Formats: sequence, C-alpha cells, structure tokens
Amino acid sequence: MSLLKDYLKGGKFVITAEAGPPKGTSSEKLKRSANLYRGKAVAVNLTDNQRAIVKMSPVASASILLQGGVEPIMQLTCRDRNRLALQSELLGAYALGIRNVLALTGDHISSGDHPQAKPVFDLDSFTLISTIKKLNEGHDFNDHPLDGKTDYFIGGVINPCSANMELQLLRLEKKVKAGVQFIQTQAVYDVDIFHKFYKEAKKMNTYILAGILLLKSAKMARFLNAKVPGVRVPDHLIEILDRSYDPAEEGIKIVKDLIYSVAEFGDGVHLMSVGQEEKLARILKEVIEEKPGIYQPPED
Amino acid sequence: MIVSKLKPFEEIIEVLSMYENIFLMGCGECATAAHAGGEKEVMEMKKQLEKSGKKITGWVVPKETCHIPLVKKELRIHKEEIKDTEAILVMACGAGVQAVASATDIPVFTAVDTLFLGTIQRYGRFTEYCSMCGHCILNETAGICPVTRCPKGLLNGPCGGVLENGNCEVNPEMKCVWVEIYEKLKERGQLANFTKLREPRDFSKSSKPSKLFLKGL
Ligand code: SF4
Ligand code: SF4
Repeated sequence: MSLLKDYLKGGKFVITAEAGPPKGTSSEKLKRSANLYRGKAVAVNLTDNQRAIVKMSPVASASILLQGGVEPIMQLTCRDRNRLALQSELLGAYALGIRNVLALTGDHISSGDHPQAKPVFDLDSFTLISTIKKLNEGHDFNDHPLDGKTDYFIGGVINPCSANMELQLLRLEKKVKAGVQFIQTQAVYDVDIFHKFYKEAKKMNTYILAGILLLKSAKMARFLNAKVPGVRVPDHLIEILDRSYDPAEEGIKIVKDLIYSVAEFGDGVHLMSVGQEEKLARILKEVIEEKPGIYQPPED
Repeated sequence: MIVSKLKPFEEIIEVLSMYENIFLMGCGECATAAHAGGEKEVMEMKKQLEKSGKKITGWVVPKETCHIPLVKKELRIHKEEIKDTEAILVMACGAGVQAVASATDIPVFTAVDTLFLGTIQRYGRFTEYCSMCGHCILNETAGICPVTRCPKGLLNGPCGGVLENGNCEVNPEMKCVWVEIYEKLKERGQLANFTKLREPRDFSKSSKPSKLFLKGL
C-alpha cells in the first residue's frame, strides 16, 4: 500500500521531501535522513544518479529509507538503463516494498562525472510511465505475463511555471494518457502562476504536488532565474532576501509561506533543497506545529 | 555524405612505423567533399610522409572507395606500383577502408576518423541530421529528426530540461528540436502528431551489421 496514494485519494494535504543517496556504500547518511523525516513527511524522494553523478542506486537507497520507517518515492531515469534493466529494477524494488516511483527522462550524461559514458535513453519518461503501468497490469513491456505484478503509484514531473504553459499542459496530458497518477512539479515560487496551471491540470485525472526549493540567498535566487529552466523567483522575494540580515532564515520563511498558500487550494507540496535535509525537516516540524489544521503527518 | 576528418599526423606516422613503402588511396566522393581524402589532401599527405622518410609507391583517388568492384579495378590498374608496397594508407571513411582491406592482402590502414552522415550546410560546414535509425519518423515530426538532432534522441519530447528561450539544455546555443517540431506541427494544425505517445524504437530493425540485398538485380 502506498501511503502517498492514500493521502491523496483521501483528500489529505501532502508534504513530501527529498533525500540524496550517498556517493559510496555508507548508509549512515540515509539512516540520518530517515530519522529526520520519520513521522514528518508523507514520503521522501530518492534521486537516481542526479545530474548524471554516480551515487548509490535508488533501489538500494529507497530500501534503506523504508527500513528506517519512511515511505520512499523511488526516482528512476531513462539515462542509464535500457528497457530490460528498468523493468528488472522495478520488479526488484517492488519486491523490497517500494510502492511509489517517479519516472524521469534524466539529465544528459554530459552534465555529470562520467561524461564519456554511453547515454541510453532507450525509453523516455512517457514510455517509462506506460511500461510501469503495464507492470501494474501484470505483464512486461512485450506483454509477457509476470509471476507477481506490481502496484506502483506512478509519478512524473512537469514544469508548471514555464513560459510556454500550453506546451507543458500538452506534456501533462500525454503523461496522464501514458498512465501517470501524480505529478511533482519543478520549483514553484509564483503561486498565482502555479494556481493557473493547477486549475487546468486538475481537469485531467491526476494529483499535483507543487515543488518548493529552499532558497539560501538572493544569489541562489538569481542563479536559479538565470540558469534553471522554468524557475522564476519573483523580484519581491529576491529583494526580501537581499535586505535580510539572515537570508537563510528568510528562505525558510518563504518556503513556509509557499506551503500555506498552496494549501489553500492544492493537493500538496514537494520540498527540495541543495543538501539541506535538516532544514527541510525543521520546516516540516514547524508546519506541523504552527498549522495542525492543514497538514497531518504520518504516524511515527 | 559521410563526414570524416584526418587523424593527427603523429598518430598516422605511429601506425606506419614498421613500413617504408606506402601506397595512398583517397576517395572521390565523401572524403573529397569533407576535405579528408580528396586529391589535394592525398598530395599533402604524400609530401608529409616523404618528409618523414617514407617512400610513396603511388597514389589514386577512386571515384568511390566504398565500392569493392571499383577498388579491385583500381588495384589492378596500379598493380606495378603496388608490387613493392608494404602498406596502403586509405584516406576514406571506414566503409572505404574496409572495402580496400577486403580487396588486397597488403596491410591496410586508415588516415581518418569517420564521424557521421552529414548534411552540407554550406561549403565546409556539415551537420548531422540523420543517424539511419532504420524506421524513419520524419513524416510525423514535421521533417525534423529528433532521433538524431535531440541529444537524448527522444521520441516524445521535449524533455523537462528545455530552456525558457526554447533552446536545448544540452546545447544551449541550439534550439530544442522538439520545440521546433511542436511549433511547426502547431502551425500546420497537426498537434495530434505531437500528443501521440510514440512507442520506443525497435532496435531489432537496426541490429548490426545491417544489409540490404535487392531482389531481381
Ligand atoms: S528518423 Fe531520423 S535517423 Fe531515422 S531515418 Fe529518419 S531522419 Fe534518419
Ligand atoms: S532540450 Fe530538447 S533537444 Fe535538448 S535534450 Fe531536451 S528534448 Fe532534446
């Protein structure tokens, strides 16, 4: 059973967060993440060789998190595995108790620490989603029956604040057709734009969690605006960060405000940070204490 | 055309270190257009090798070097020069080099790196538009090939990384081909070709080595 799915189906506001698998065999970092998030986040994403940098596999990382009492959302990209490898990972992960998967195309190999490697992209995010749907139905990509099917809650990513919203809505429509059940979006800072997207998106049969990325400084906000597609930090937020004597603290406040704004209409939020899991856990704790009416954490 | 590029001369001289008497062979088609194995480049190679102490027994630029019967004919015509040749250096694509190697017992070496199937933008500028995938989808993609021109080869693009200005996240100075396809299809009222979920490629259709034997010829 997926707790994430239960929450969303039951109309309960969801907060998910993110943990980074270690570069190495040490599971200490993941155990620490599990301790931080247990009883606070509904589920936690484990990235898959994010930015094409070699890390512990998302199957193993998700499994360690699960042992630590936290429901994982296993991210899976099409960059490093062909359709055989993707399916066998999905079967194995399910057997280990993983119930949520987020299907991604994946960053290109050239951005990572093994730029000489062969990029795979045998499937793409859309056909990975439809493949997982097939595994849920009890057969593999080529319709061969499975001895034990999966029952994944299937997620995908969309960029709601892109300048070309029409294109993003078409992509969403296609992902829904392929079988996506929930969306975790790229970072959102402008709730009005997100709300516009959300209203259109909800006409399709899917749940939408607004991505919220913790800002550390005005410098980081400017960097995101310049370099990260579809991320637009509004000027007034940059100004607040610029003027603040403690921008890191201001960043936390911005995240909480965003959570409260999205909670007025949305399905939930997905919190992201650049290696600042302690801060995300603190935000979760404060939201739970400050606004028990909007978010009920899972049982510890 | 097949785009190829001359290897660094040091690499060429290194592989020829055991040989003194060398025969040179270029190609009158693609390698000429790519400036890697035309008459001009063959003459330049001859000069450089002679400067390095090699003896050039002869040279030829066949009309097309990837054509085995034609290469055999050239080898017969140049029989006398080839008699004392220890190695043949071919300045043509990999298909050409192997056509020569299959037509003679003399050791054959390549002077070029073969790069891609190129479209000529203008004189001396080549870009890759087709990677010969075995099942052409250009009719659905407004005549623009995502298999080749999207760095991820996506059939259901654009990816999440497409930049705000519509350019590609991998090559920011190039427009995302999927945005290009989307715009063209939209203009033509064919967005159904964009929203259609395209199945992954069938690689069994392009398993190596490929061959095509026409019937009745
Ligand atoms: S789809 Fe692209 S790679 Fe395949 S044959 Fe057509 S142009 Fe060439
Ligand atoms: S931005 Fe466009 S062209 Fe570049 S990798 Fe993504 S889909 Fe392909």
